Amino acid sequence: MQIEKQIAQIQNIVDDVLKMALSKGATQAEASMSKVQGIAVSSRMGDVENVEFNNDGGLGISVYVGKHKGSASTADLSKEALALTVAKAVDIARYTSEDPCTGLADEDLIATEFPDLDLYHPTVLDPKKGIELAIETERAAMAYDARITNSDGASYNANMGMRVYGNTHGINTGYPSSRYSLSCMMIGAQDGDMQRDYAYTVDRQAHKLKTPLEVGQEAAEATVSRLGARKIATGKVPVLLHRDVSSSLFGHYVSAISGGSLYRRSSFLLDKLGHQVFPEWLNIEEKPHLKGALASSSFDAEGVATKDMTIVENGCLAHYLYTTYSARKLGVVSNGHAGGIHNWIIGDTGQSDAELLKTMGTGLLVTELMGQGVNTVTGDYSRGAAGFWVENGVIQYPVHEVTIAGNLSDMFANIQAIGAERDVRGGVQTGSVLLSEMRVAGN
Amino acid sequence: MLNNVKTHLLSDSGLDLTSLEKALGQIYHHDNDYADLYFQSSQHESWVLEDGIIKEGSYNIERGVGVRAISGEKTGFAYSDEISEQALLNACKAARTIAPEGGKHHVAGLQATSVEARYKANNPLLAMEDAEKIALLRAADSYIRAKEPGINQVVVSLSGVYEEILVAATDGTLAADIRPLVRLNCSVLIEKGERRERGSAGAGGRHAYSFFSADKDGRPYYEVLADEALHMARVNMEAVASPAGAMPVVLGNGWPGVLLHEAVGHGLEGDFNRKGASTFSGRIGERVAAKGVTVVDDGTMHDRRGSLSVDDEGTPTQHNVLIEDGILKGYMQDKMNARLMGVKPTGNGRRESFAHLPMPRMTNTYMMAGSHDPQEIIASIDKGIYAPNFAGGQVDITSGKFVFSSAEAYLIENGKITAPVKGATLIGNGPEVMQKISMIGNDVALDRGVGVCGKDGQSVPVGVGQPTLKVDELTVGGTA
Repeated sequence: MQIEKQIAQIQNIVDDVLKMALSKGATQAEASMSKVQGIAVSSRMGDVENVEFNNDGGLGISVYVGKHKGSASTADLSKEALALTVAKAVDIARYTSEDPCTGLADEDLIATEFPDLDLYHPTVLDPKKGIELAIETERAAMAYDARITNSDGASYNANMGMRVYGNTHGINTGYPSSRYSLSCMMIGAQDGDMQRDYAYTVDRQAHKLKTPLEVGQEAAEATVSRLGARKIATGKVPVLLHRDVSSSLFGHYVSAISGGSLYRRSSFLLDKLGHQVFPEWLNIEEKPHLKGALASSSFDAEGVATKDMTIVENGCLAHYLYTTYSARKLGVVSNGHAGGIHNWIIGDTGQSDAELLKTMGTGLLVTELMGQGVNTVTGDYSRGAAGFWVENGVIQYPVHEVTIAGNLSDMFANIQAIGAERDVRGGVQTGSVLLSEMRVAGN
Repeated sequence: MLNNVKTHLLSDSGLDLTSLEKALGQIYHHDNDYADLYFQSSQHESWVLEDGIIKEGSYNIERGVGVRAISGEKTGFAYSDEISEQALLNACKAARTIAPEGGKHHVAGLQATSVEARYKANNPLLAMEDAEKIALLRAADSYIRAKEPGINQVVVSLSGVYEEILVAATDGTLAADIRPLVRLNCSVLIEKGERRERGSAGAGGRHAYSFFSADKDGRPYYEVLADEALHMARVNMEAVASPAGAMPVVLGNGWPGVLLHEAVGHGLEGDFNRKGASTFSGRIGERVAAKGVTVVDDGTMHDRRGSLSVDDEGTPTQHNVLIEDGILKGYMQDKMNARLMGVKPTGNGRRESFAHLPMPRMTNTYMMAGSHDPQEIIASIDKGIYAPNFAGGQVDITSGKFVFSSAEAYLIENGKITAPVKGATLIGNGPEVMQKISMIGNDVALDRGVGVCGKDGQSVPVGVGQPTLKVDELTVGGTA
């Protein structure tokens, strides 16, 4: 079936569900529905391991009875299940309290333009082709170095689907999207030390993925380079967060400036609008309509139009991120961040990764972070790390079993440089980040 | 129970045991060694109180069937969110292609597995009126506000799951289970000048919601949890920077057992060991922990969050000794990895839902008690850290490096607990840290029932536990 027809079908279901909600006593309602089809295949030690056929769908609805809200969702899309889901949502609204801030997004903020964002590039879902890619990737990795002794496998994923959103203000829109990825995790051994690492590539277009040779070799190289890792002495040193892990730093920033954290007073960036948080040269641009990007959308999870924004301007906290509810709690209006952010481009200082190592001189290059030791209320940060010890801009040896710790306020202010080589595989596109100093705990 | 589940998952969709045998037979048209069908239906609800009002309520339903075909080390998998004969056959035809045509095996006749129930087959969503659930949230909120006048941020949430599953496999397995699961969580934020600190506490298990209002040490359980959340926030309000570097650490009993989950648990899962990917691979019979350390994984404990009467492959759960007096005894297995390694399944085959593949997973993982008084353990340390409460952790099973983050911790100075310190990540190497356990307390306890374990993108509820422990050296990721 043509994807346009499928979307139209789902729009009809959303329409029916919204009407059903109104007929059951809701004064407002919103529903979103998704359907994704895909394959996930993997190889291990040169042969097929798993072949999975994925077929996921779900519908979520929120109803408002006056200022009382109820929500329900279902992964079972039969008529009976949909009717039960709507009835349950309305029923729940009988028990939730009156809340003056609840309700649909303001009507004037709802998206009216839906440009083609180039997110859908279908291919035939062919497990055989996927297996070939996975096996080729793994083979490239195994052949890369004799110290690669074992494999945790390579996998290829292809997913195509659609998302539809509708509410009783009248919006009912949807779009298709696709996503492909190829990844590989290898195990290396030397002198009794065993290490693993991985590499991956992801894109909305299958032919834009890195080649199996590139992914395999990257995984093998990363794995081998970790062999012989040791701890380093406890102390204060500069830290360079490699671009594979540096986006997490801005992920913490997202949590801290989200409206939900603010109205709950659970952020170390409370009452900091307009304040200098990052160095003056740092800008963060949000570009929701970037063609073909992984976090593009013309509307957010509440149907609010997304727009280009300068989130951080000259190092200052220019915008908090609001949903309809958090905005009302704080006396402002939504800026289209229900469901998260849409393509953040972090400004850089122009250096290559090699130049960043030189700028750092002596310090710790971090290529892996472990654990959840980040407290958004206080900004306190303490995470496990692995990477490389660097002297005079040159990598000396691999490091593991250490922690890096500090406070996010200081870490943001202490960003010395950001590399020009960006990781574009997620919602935050950033280069490697050089921090002037962090507390490292080791021996 | 089997009959009830059969009615809901099969008869209501026009299926019976003969149609399941027929579907399994379809998979055996190809050269597969094993196949199973996993039917599941679940209902989940949650209620959230915030700002003194019942802010959110939600209800979720899920229903479907997953079909798995295994040939040697290869697995084919397909699923459908519709339970019908046609959908089942389509999934079987997709999954069986993992092996070439020309089957050699016959499906064994389905025989009901005898299952000892480890929890009551009640539906917690129906066992209490919605108005009562709301009243429970309000009671916890009022209690906290009375205990901490002027507090602004109180969030209390209640959630419950009712799940029915049925497994049928080519080896003749036929098993069903009804799995209730509830949870209550209290989260508070207190302010003092510019400083703000959060505290939270939760509990749960395979109970009805009445578990939370039932008596615990002479008062309703929710009051105990509310006090614990307030206590954590108040302690953290006074916390100073944590020290950094390698030092002795005393871990409290109960929830700090997340140490075992990360340091040894994952590394002892059968799939990693079959593949030789774990730091514990090929080490059965070797010393991997200090003398006195006995670690078990036990899915049979009554009403526990991590417990299962049968696992998701229809194998009854067991009390599995993983490490005995410091010696590695065995791994946790699902059917596939057990077969490939030539051992018996241990009842650890678990999956998040019908739409996910089963794999070896933990249930309730804990360390048996030792002989030391917890006070004596503290008193043995000149300078170190006492950590009675944790947030999550993570492990690299290949290198053995693991982390877990403290949520409440104190300095130990000259054998005494002194100033509270800020949360910090602790990092170590599993087998090394286990050999540095030098004192084991006599106060073994399991956690309150809040654990969620993630592996390969799949989440399952688990339990952890341990007595108070002294680790001679762990790296503490503080800032001081």
